[in-house]
Amino acid sequence: MATTQATRYITVEDREIGLDPEGFVVDMTAWTPAVAEALAAEEGRELTPEHWEVLEVLRAFYARYENAPAMRPLVKAVSQALGPDKGRSLHLMRLFPDSPAKVGARLAGLPKPTNCL
Amino acid sequence: MSEITEVPHGDLLVMLRHAPHGGLWLREALDLALVGAAFGQSVSLLLMGDGVWALLQGQGPGPLGQKGSHSTFEMLEMYDIERLYIDSDSLEERGLIRDDLLLPVIEVPTSELSTVLAGHRQIFNF
Repeated sequence: MATTQATRYITVEDREIGLDPEGFVVDMTAWTPAVAEALAAEEGRELTPEHWEVLEVLRAFYARYENAPAMRPLVKAVSQALGPDKGRSLHLMRLFPDSPAKVGARLAGLPKPTNCL
Repeated sequence: MSEITEVPHGDLLVMLRHAPHGGLWLREALDLALVGAAFGQSVSLLLMGDGVWALLQGQGPGPLGQKGSHSTFEMLEMYDIERLYIDSDSLEERGLIRDDLLLPVIEVPTSELSTVLAGHRQIFNF
């Protein structure tokens, strides 16, 4: 579940952005694209247009369903929005190594996916 | 919305028999269904008794500021949970018709519910 307690802060464009122990943005409304860039930079990730289109899909998913998607629905949502070539776990694993659903949600400023395994 | 056209089948059947508000039954049931689907299980839902109220349109999150369940119901298809069975007798007893419901469902009369139960490997009762 999403936590509401910030345990550390990251400074983005002169604003302090609260992060929970797992690095998720505590206040969703504080998220801006610059926050995603800063979070990615912290982990040595570089966000290309291919990353951004997936982050947009994630944010649209949350706006529609009020939940961050686990891997399976994320693949389906990406496939619907960006086409079957990109709606594959391999593509998402390449963009967001480790755990696409979790890492993607974190960069997109969403809460941790509740049923992310 | 349709009648049963194929033999009910699936790995998990999540039965919802409690009214949607006043407890966590609905949330727990949906969580289980989503986790099952995320694990690659084939999941069906069965709404009966007061559980049918969960799909009634026009319910909002209200003053507690909790999330509503409708967006989660709408999300089920993204988890490939597409079989939503509903006890048609329960609907009728409550004066509800299919147009009152949020999503397309498969109507099953009480007398045929055993077919739905028999078609699933595991059944969870909420």
